[in-house]
Amino acid sequence: MSEQTHGMVKHDLAPGEEEQHSVGARVVGYVVGLVLALLLTATSFFIAGTDLVWQPSIPVALIVLAIAQMGVHLVFFLHITTGPDNTNNVLALAFGLLVVFLVVGGTVWIMAHLNANMPPMDQIMRMQ
Amino acid sequence: MLGKLDWSAIPLDQPIPLVAGAVVLVAILGVLTWVVVKGHLPYLWSEWITSVDHKRIGVMYILLASVMLLRGGSDAIMMRIQQAVAYQSQGYLPPEHYNQIFSAHGTIMIFFVAMPFVIGLMNLVVPLQLGVRDVAFPTLNSVGFWLTATGALLVNVSLVVGEFARTGWLAFPPLSGLVYSPGVGVDYYAWSLQISGVGTLVAGINLVTTVLKLRTKGMNYLRMPMFCWTTLASNLLIVAAFPILTATLAMLLLDRYLGFHFFTNEAGGNVMMFMNLIWAWGHPEVYILVLPAFGIFSEVVSTFSGKALFGYRSMVLATMAICVVSFMVWLHHFFTMGAGPDVNAIFGIASMIIAIPTGVKIYNWLFTMYGGRIRFATPMLWSVGFMVTFIIGGLTGVLVAVPPADFMLHNSMFLVAHFHNVIIGGVLFGAFAGLEYWFPKAFGFRLDERWGKAAFWFTFIGFYVTFMPLYIAGMLGMTRRLQHYDVAAWRPWMIVAAVGVAVLTIGVICQIVQLVVSIRNREALRDRTGDPWDGRSLEWATSSPPPVFNFAFNPDVRGEDAYWEMKVHARQQSLAHEQPEYQDIEMPRNSPTGFVCAFFATIMGFALIWHIWWMVILGGLGAFATFVVFAWRDHDEYVIPAEEVARIDRSNIEERRNLVSMAGAV
Repeated sequence: MSEQTHGMVKHDLAPGEEEQHSVGARVVGYVVGLVLALLLTATSFFIAGTDLVWQPSIPVALIVLAIAQMGVHLVFFLHITTGPDNTNNVLALAFGLLVVFLVVGGTVWIMAHLNANMPPMDQIMRMQ
Repeated sequence: MLGKLDWSAIPLDQPIPLVAGAVVLVAILGVLTWVVVKGHLPYLWSEWITSVDHKRIGVMYILLASVMLLRGGSDAIMMRIQQAVAYQSQGYLPPEHYNQIFSAHGTIMIFFVAMPFVIGLMNLVVPLQLGVRDVAFPTLNSVGFWLTATGALLVNVSLVVGEFARTGWLAFPPLSGLVYSPGVGVDYYAWSLQISGVGTLVAGINLVTTVLKLRTKGMNYLRMPMFCWTTLASNLLIVAAFPILTATLAMLLLDRYLGFHFFTNEAGGNVMMFMNLIWAWGHPEVYILVLPAFGIFSEVVSTFSGKALFGYRSMVLATMAICVVSFMVWLHHFFTMGAGPDVNAIFGIASMIIAIPTGVKIYNWLFTMYGGRIRFATPMLWSVGFMVTFIIGGLTGVLVAVPPADFMLHNSMFLVAHFHNVIIGGVLFGAFAGLEYWFPKAFGFRLDERWGKAAFWFTFIGFYVTFMPLYIAGMLGMTRRLQHYDVAAWRPWMIVAAVGVAVLTIGVICQIVQLVVSIRNREALRDRTGDPWDGRSLEWATSSPPPVFNFAFNPDVRGEDAYWEMKVHARQQSLAHEQPEYQDIEMPRNSPTGFVCAFFATIMGFALIWHIWWMVILGGLGAFATFVVFAWRDHDEYVIPAEEVARIDRSNIEERRNLVSMAGAV
């Protein structure tokens, strides 16, 4: 056994454990995040009830706003960045998104086919 | 006061569960009395029950799995005997009892044998292989184990108090709904799995974090032993898949408890959604079990062939490919549900594609053996037995991945034979290989080779005699889960299968005898160097059993096969005899949190099953209070002084130097 360093090598950090910035900078970050999140929430509520925009675009707009909301949470509250110390978190996020996409997308696809192929009895009767 | 619970819950009219329950109860009380009388209780409490040492927790997981294997195995024996005798008769088991047995068999074997066995081995070995002192969250680890034990306990309580599910191991609605299963059986099933599912999830989070965050100096991702890679993949799958199971069972429970209609036939419920969701968890679960086994075989084959693993990077790639593709194949469990040709074709092709990375692995093991100096010790026998058996199971799997073939074979005995072929031949053989391989590391002495080999051959032959006839019976049109039947052509095969189970039982007895013989001969079998198999990875670089801190110094890794490199290096340098500077080591303190949490979880689970609401609140508050007490504790570590570390480490280093210099002289 030769020269050994004691303790663990510094690896990337878990969310919430990043190096200490000054309190002021951190508070500003959280406030910006909070304002953005509130803004996106308010916009969603406003769009859902308004007749100022073309009606069929509303669901799409809500989906876009929801995704933006998730982005705000990830960046400002969970501190996901593109920095090299964040590789694990980004990869974990990507894996999670992939699994959610596969399971939810697959389920919707499978159930749509099932419903088309095996409708309830009264619908089969009407088809005949 | 006691909800649905009254004296009618005890099955006084059914002798089999009552006698079995009484025997188990007497055995447990006997062991407890012995422990208390002999004064082992303080030792058990401070060294095992409250231990947060990953090695101890790993051993307890394996112990739980072994005990549950005996329970699940007894169920299997009863089923095989029933099918052997129930030709044109009712057999010896009443139908509702038979249904409980096959449901309990599946539930126990997957959740309380296979899962704890692989999680136990991962717990025991992965921190050692990574060269670190413990897992990322030691107390959480203990919580995870005890919650798993709670689930196992509840399933076994159902033997005597009430009943178990009669629905099969995945409790498909509408049969598992309140209309068709009004009793507590499905509730026992669902709450056991919910509680142990939490345990599995925290174990998964813990091990993922350990592999990603705690690696010793120089241990890059591409220097990790294969078992660490498969652990990472398997636990990523746990983290991704187990929430699906929890959510699905939660919806089933809402249907049963609060009159929801997720999976009922009325009010817009959709039973097919349950199949879809449960298999979206269920298929990744198959790989959660088998990937660690693949890792074990990789370690064993490379060690006993005396060669580095062939195609290490392709093995890593295959493992991660399986990890992702395993989430794209779940529909093959219900091709016959009627999704139509497009959906079936895509999922059929995906299911065939997943055989490719598995095939890559098989070839890698074969090429690792090729040109190697192979030692056929017991772990290696299990590995070779696995390769032969798993190829057959894999091929029948590719066969049923073809939708038209699946329409013929769905829910037949062919399917039963197929999944036993891959789970016994893959997971169980892997678990046994890992047990034989790492037992010396855990306890400091090897297991008896003669009895080990006998156990292998009886299990190997018994497996074929039991399950090959089931393939044929399936081809002859026999469906699964038959309590009795009238077709003469199936009878001979059922009798052969019953004989096979007898042979398998001898295999299990051999393993028990092996354990007893080895413990009695432990001085002769003692492993003094910590490296009994001439191993290649870091777990062999410390003594057997390892000290509580695993390594006096975190090893410095300079390449793949870290310990092998060290040994080669040490021989060339003719062993530099410098005296290392020992330092104090901080280790996490023991904590009863896991045990106390699980105690309250048991109360809560039991109360939920029997609708005893005040007790539910009591259990929930107790578990939460335990968590609060744990969260507010001030001293979570203790210090092992440098002199103590030096004393422990030096005794092993002498033995190891002698070994290396002897090997160098040869």
